[in-house]
Amino acid sequence: MELCNCIEPPWPAGELLMKYQYISDFFIALAYFSIPLELIYFVKKSAVFPYRWVLVQFGAFIVLCGATHLINLWTFTLHTKTVAVVMTTAKVLTAAVSCATALMLVHIIPDLLSVKTRELFLKNKAAELDREMGLIRTQEETGRHVRMLTHEIRSTLDRHTILKTTLVELGRTLGLEECALWMPTRTGLELQLSYTLRHQNPVGFTVPIQLPVINQVFNTNRAVKISPNSPVARLRPTGMYMPGEVVAVRVPLLHLSNFQIHDWPELSTRRYALMVLMLPSDSARQWHVHELELVEVVADQVAVALSHAAILEESMKARDLLMEQNVALDHARREAETAVRARNDFLAVMNHEMRTPMHAIIALSSLLLETELTPEQRLMVETVLKSSNLLSTLINDVLDLSRLEDGSLKLEIGTFSLHTLFRETYNLIKPIASVKKLNFTLSLSSELPEFAIGDEKRLMQVLLNVVGNAVKFTKEGSISVSAFVAKLDSLREFRAPDLISIPSDNHFYLRIEVKDTGLGINPQDLPKLFMKFVQSQPTKNSSGLGLAICKRFVNLMEGHICIESEGLGKGSTAIVIVKLGIPGRSNESKLSFVHKVPRNQVKPAFSGLKVVLMDDNSVGRMVTKGLLVHLGCDVLAVGSGDECVRVINHEHKVVFLDVSMPDVNSFEVAVRIHEKFSKRMDRPLIVALTGNTDRMTKENCRRVGMNGVLLKPVSVDKMRSALSELLEKGFFVESK
Amino acid sequence: MEVNQMQRSFLEYANVLFREGFLDGQFSQLQMLADESNPDFVVEVVSLFFEDSQKLLNDLTTTLDQQNVDFKKIDAHIHQLKGSSSSIGAQRVKNACIAFRNFCDQQNVEGLSFGSSITFAFLFQLEQQIVAAGGAIPILSEFS
Repeated sequence: MELCNCIEPPWPAGELLMKYQYISDFFIALAYFSIPLELIYFVKKSAVFPYRWVLVQFGAFIVLCGATHLINLWTFTLHTKTVAVVMTTAKVLTAAVSCATALMLVHIIPDLLSVKTRELFLKNKAAELDREMGLIRTQEETGRHVRMLTHEIRSTLDRHTILKTTLVELGRTLGLEECALWMPTRTGLELQLSYTLRHQNPVGFTVPIQLPVINQVFNTNRAVKISPNSPVARLRPTGMYMPGEVVAVRVPLLHLSNFQIHDWPELSTRRYALMVLMLPSDSARQWHVHELELVEVVADQVAVALSHAAILEESMKARDLLMEQNVALDHARREAETAVRARNDFLAVMNHEMRTPMHAIIALSSLLLETELTPEQRLMVETVLKSSNLLSTLINDVLDLSRLEDGSLKLEIGTFSLHTLFRETYNLIKPIASVKKLNFTLSLSSELPEFAIGDEKRLMQVLLNVVGNAVKFTKEGSISVSAFVAKLDSLREFRAPDLISIPSDNHFYLRIEVKDTGLGINPQDLPKLFMKFVQSQPTKNSSGLGLAICKRFVNLMEGHICIESEGLGKGSTAIVIVKLGIPGRSNESKLSFVHKVPRNQVKPAFSGLKVVLMDDNSVGRMVTKGLLVHLGCDVLAVGSGDECVRVINHEHKVVFLDVSMPDVNSFEVAVRIHEKFSKRMDRPLIVALTGNTDRMTKENCRRVGMNGVLLKPVSVDKMRSALSELLEKGFFVESK
Repeated sequence: MEVNQMQRSFLEYANVLFREGFLDGQFSQLQMLADESNPDFVVEVVSLFFEDSQKLLNDLTTTLDQQNVDFKKIDAHIHQLKGSSSSIGAQRVKNACIAFRNFCDQQNVEGLSFGSSITFAFLFQLEQQIVAAGGAIPILSEFS
C-alpha cells in the first residue's frame, strides 16, 4: 500500500461504508470502555453484590473488546505491522477472556436466577406476616373493646342501665347505625322492642316469638346474619338507601332457679332476648368475623350482668320486706307495751276503787242484817250479801291474778300453826259437808311440825279452794283431807330432780291430799283445769280463776298442785305440795299472832328514865305512853306544845314530839325547848315521831336540832333500840 | 282469873280479826305491852279509841251537814282518826281514812259523807267483833 503523508486520506464513495464502520467501531469502543466504569461505580455503591470476581472478569472482557474495536480503527487505513500485532494480541486476549467469561456465566446465571426466586418468596412471606399482624391487631383491639364494654356493663347493677350501656357501647365500638334489643313478654309468646340506640323511647312493637328467623337465631349461640327485611330488623324508617347488613344474636336471660349446683342451666328452661345490630346503610361495610365474635362475647356478658342485677333486685326486695316487717313488729311491740302499761295503771286504780265500794256494800249489808227485818227483807239482804261476797272474791281473784302474772305478788311470810290452819279449814267446810250429808274427815300426820313458816293466808286460800271444789262436786260419799310430810321420792315424780332442794333443817315439803268420791273429771279435761277462764263443764269452777290462782300461789311456794281422776263418776284426788320453812328454836320474834299470854319481855332497861311525850291524839298518846312505860320509863304525857314547854324541866332526859300534829308546829316547840335550856348539859334529847317518810321532814327535824326521828308505828323493839342508841351516842339514825 | 279468861278469848278472836284484815301488826305490839303492871292496857286503849273515833265521826257528820263546809276542819278530824287508828292497828279504819281523805282535797262533800259512813261501818264492825269476844268493852253498850 502506498504510504501517504496526507493526514486525511481521500474518502472515495465506496468508502462511505468504511466511514460508517469507522464511526460505529468508535462508539462501540466508547461504550465498551464506559460500561465497566459504570459497573464499577454502581458496584462500589452497593455493598451487597457477591460476585465481584465475575465483575472483574466481565470488565476485562469488555475492556478488551473495546480495545479491540478501538484498535480496529487503525486498520481501516494502511497500518504498520505493530498495529497488526497489537490488534492480534488484543483479539487473542479478548477471545480468551470471552471464552472464560462464557464458561463462567454458565455457572453463575442459575444462581442469579435462584436469588430472584428467593426474593419473591420472601416478599410473599412478608406480605403474609403483615396480614397476620393486622389480624392480631384487630383481635387485640376487639378484646380491648370487649373488656371496656364488659366493664361498662358490669359496673352497674341496674338492669336498664346495663342494657342501655350495652347498646350504646356496641354502637360506638362497631360504628353501628342502629342497635336494638327485643325482650320476651310476660307470656313468653311475643318479643317486645324494649331498647333502641337511636330512639329514646321505643314504641312497643311486638313480634310473635315463633318466627323462623328468630328460631334460627335462638338455636345457636353464634351471631347470625339476618335479612334486613325481617320483622325484627325493620327498625329504621325505610328510605331510598340500601340498608346495611344486619346481625342478630341471642341473649340468655338467666333466673336464680337456673343455677343448679352441679349443672349449668339447661337449654330447655331458657328464655332469650334478641339483640339486633345494623351496620350503617350505604356503606360497603361487611360484618367481619372478629366483629361477630365481639357481639357474641358481649351478649354473654350481658346475660351474666342481667342475672346479677336480677339477684340484686330480689335481695333488695327481701330486705325492704324485712324492714317493713321490722317496723310493723316494733310498732306492735310498742302497742303491746302501751297496752300492758295501760292495764297496769288501770288495775292499780281499780284495785283501790273497786275494793272500797265492795267493802262498803258488804259491811253495810251485814249491818243491815243486824237490824229488825221482815223475813223477806232478811232473805233479800242475805242474797245481796252473798252476791257481794262472791263479787268481792271475784274482784280479789282477778286483781290477785294480774299481780301474780306480773310477778309483783309477794308472799307474806310469817310463822303460823299448821294445826290451826287445818282446823280452821275443817271448821269452815264441815257445815257445808254436813248439809250435803257428806262424810268429811281430816287426818294430820304425826310427823307434821306444829309451826311452819310461809304465807298462811294464801295457803289457806289454796286449801279452801281445793277442798271447796271437792265438796262442790261431790253429791254423795266422802271427802278426806290428809296432810303429811312429803318424802323425796314423791317429790321427784312431779318435778325435775335438780329443782327440788333436799328437805333439810330449814324447810320441808307439806303434802296435802284431798280425796273425794264425786263426779270425777274427764281425763281429756285434766290439763285445762288450771287454765284460767276455761270451764270444762258449765257448772265447774264458777269463776274459772280459782284453780289458776291456786296454781300460781303453789308455784310461788315452790310447790306443785295437780288433780288426778280415773274418769267421770270415779271421784278425784287433788294433791298439793308446798315448801314451808321450819321455824327455829325461838319462836317468839317471828310470831305475828300472840298465842300465849303476853309476859314481860325483858327487864326494863330504862327504869326510871324521865321522859316527856307530846301528842295531841289521845289514842296515839296513850299507846306511845304505854310503850314507854312498858320499857320502864317515867312518862309525862301532854297534849299541846305550850304545855310541853311549860312542864319540861332539867330532870327530863328525852322529849318525844309527835310531828304529824296539824295545829302545833312541833318544830317551833323544839326551838322553844332549846331556848329554855341555854346550857347544853341540861338540855333534853328531842325525838320526833312522824308518819312521814319523806326527806323533807327528816331535813326539817335535823335543822331544828332534833336528835332523832322515829317512824310511826313504833314497835317495842324499835323504841328500845332507839332509846339505847340515843342515850349512848346522843343521837340515833333511823335506818328505815 | 276472869281477866286472863277474857284475854284468852279475846286473843282467839284477835286471830280472826287479823285474818280478816281488821287489825294489823300494830295491834300485836299493843298486846305485847300488856303485862302484870298494866294488865288492862289493851282494853283501855281500845275503849279510848272507840270513844274518840265515835266523837270524831259525829263531829265530822255535823260539819258535813252545814251549809258552808269547813274542809280544813274535816281534814283535821280525818287526820286525827287516821292517827288514832294507826296507833291502835285498826287497819281497815286507817285505810278508809287514807282513802277518803282524797275527797277532802277535792272538796267533795258527797264523797266525804260516803267515806265517813264507811269508816263508821268499819268501826262498828270492829266493835261488834270485839263485843263478840265476850263483852270486853263494856263502854260500847252506850253506842250500839
